[in-house]
Formats: sequence, C-alpha cells, structure tokens
Amino acid sequence: MVELASWLASLPVGQALRRLNWLVPWLQIIHILANGIILSAVVMIDLRVWGISRSQSSVAMARRFQGWIWAGLVLLTVSGIALLLYSPRRVLIDVTFQVKMAVMGLAIAATIALLLALRPGREAGAHDAGGLKLAGLLGTLTLALWVGVTLAGRGRWITLLLMR
Amino acid sequence: MLPIKELMGWIQSTELAMAISQGRGWFPALEMVHVTATTFVFGMITIVDLRLLGLLARGSAVRDLYRDVIPLTWAAFVVAAITGGLLFMSQAVAYSGNIAFQLKLASLALIALNMLAFRLFVYPGIAQWDRAAAIPLRARLAGAISLAGWIAVVSCARWIAYLMI
Repeated sequence: MVELASWLASLPVGQALRRLNWLVPWLQIIHILANGIILSAVVMIDLRVWGISRSQSSVAMARRFQGWIWAGLVLLTVSGIALLLYSPRRVLIDVTFQVKMAVMGLAIAATIALLLALRPGREAGAHDAGGLKLAGLLGTLTLALWVGVTLAGRGRWITLLLMR
Repeated sequence: MLPIKELMGWIQSTELAMAISQGRGWFPALEMVHVTATTFVFGMITIVDLRLLGLLARGSAVRDLYRDVIPLTWAAFVVAAITGGLLFMSQAVAYSGNIAFQLKLASLALIALNMLAFRLFVYPGIAQWDRAAAIPLRARLAGAISLAGWIAVVSCARWIAYLMI
C-alpha cells in the first residue's frame, strides 16, 4: 500500500491535479451527491420489496432505478479516484479507507444479486412468497452495506482514535 | 443590536456543548451520522424533485411516490437536524460567523418556504395531474427550487470546514 501510494503520488496527473487545489471541495460535493443518489435508488427498490410501496411491480421498480445506481456509482468512482490522486498517502494507508473499499465491494455484489433477483422476466418468481422474502433480504443487506460505505467515508477519526 | 455573540458564547459553554467539543470521539462520531443522514435526505428528495420536473418515471403517480418517500425522508431529516444542532452547539460562535454556515441555513429556510408553498398551493390540486404527461409549471418550479436548494445545502455544508478559522 505504501509503495502504491508513493507511486500514485509521483504520477504527473496527481501533480497536475494538486495545482488545482480549489477543485477538492467541489469533487467532495459531487462525491457526496452521487452517494445520496445511490442510497435513495436502493431505498426505492427496497420500499417495494419490503411491501411498503405497492404502486408497481418490484421488477418494474428495479428497472426504473438500476440506472440511477450505476450512474451514481460511476460518478462516485470517478470523483473518488480524483480525490485519491490528491493525497494518495493519506487516503490509501488509512485503515478506514481499506474497510470502506471492502464494504463497497460487498455492497456492489449485493446490489448485483438484488438486481438479478428482480431482473426482467422474473415477474412471476419475484412475487411469490419465497421470491419476495429473498428480494427483501437482499434489499435490506444492500442498503445496510451502502449505509456502511457512507459512514466509513467519514470514519477516518476511528483510525486516529485507535492509533492513540 | 441583539447580543447574538453572547448567546452563542453561552451555548458553546454549556455542559453538553463542552462534552461534545472536548470529548475525543463525540464530534467526529456525530459528524459521521450527520453527513450520512444528510446524504440520505438529499437522495430521497431528489427523487421527488426529478419526478416533479418530469425527468423520472412520468407514468407513475406523484402521490404514490410522495407517500412512499416522505415519511422516511422526514425521519432522516430529524436525525440530521439533531446531530447538526449538537455539532453547532460545540462551536456556536465560529459556526454562526461562518459564511458557508449562514448560506446553508438560508438555503434550508428557502427549502422550508418552498415546501410550505408546495403543500398549500400545489399538492391540493394534485389529483388533476397526478399521472398526466403535462406537469403544471408551479409543480415543476417547486421541484427545481427544492433540488437547487438541497444541492446548495450540501455544497455549503462541505465548505463550512474550509472556512473555519
């Protein structure tokens, strides 16, 4: 990790970015907004699979919001990589960041599983008791993991506290 | 001239405020919850706003979406407001003088007025255009103001830390 951070820090793109310091808060704002879009798109699918919203089928709900999840993820990743290039040493060596990446990997896997359970053509299977229960569990897990990612994004203090 | 400075000084000298500013983990822990809850509120409101603007799922009823989304959004907002209030208390003097914080509060006030106007003048007539392709201008305007307001809230919130003295 330390070598990777040093290598990233030496890249010309990072050096070029660091000359544009004023970009940092704006990248962070985009990062937070994208995070919000992912959370809400997952909640919308969850409201349906939990049975709170009944206005349309879960498959239709998933189709309606999956684009928002992936668009949010692209925005989150691009802004995240740009922020990483600003201060690779500070970010990469931080344990909370590594935890965040691990939880995000799980969150993406859970998201894919949820969307597969609700893929087009699964209307019949997704709405019997077993299908709804599975989708409900996957939906809850997906949301919990994404909330975990969001919390970890502000969790550097935990590392600092532990290091004392 | 109101003794605002004195009031802020008193707030941050209360026992609760001192505990937050001086306890090692309290401030960052509250901040973590505050940021997460705010992120969530922004995302949920954006879905309603985009629907009002006609940019999302025009076929489905606005009222259904509203009923599904608003209770959960209020719950998250309450969490954000309580944690935000506690964070404010810990450094009331500095925050109240911070231009980004002031703009954030102004944006929240605009959002509150916009929401009130929406409930009073737009929502009561919703049955007529709930599923219609044409969304009335006043509804689209409410959606646009809300979306712009929340983006401003998040942007100002992020800037607060950069402008702390």
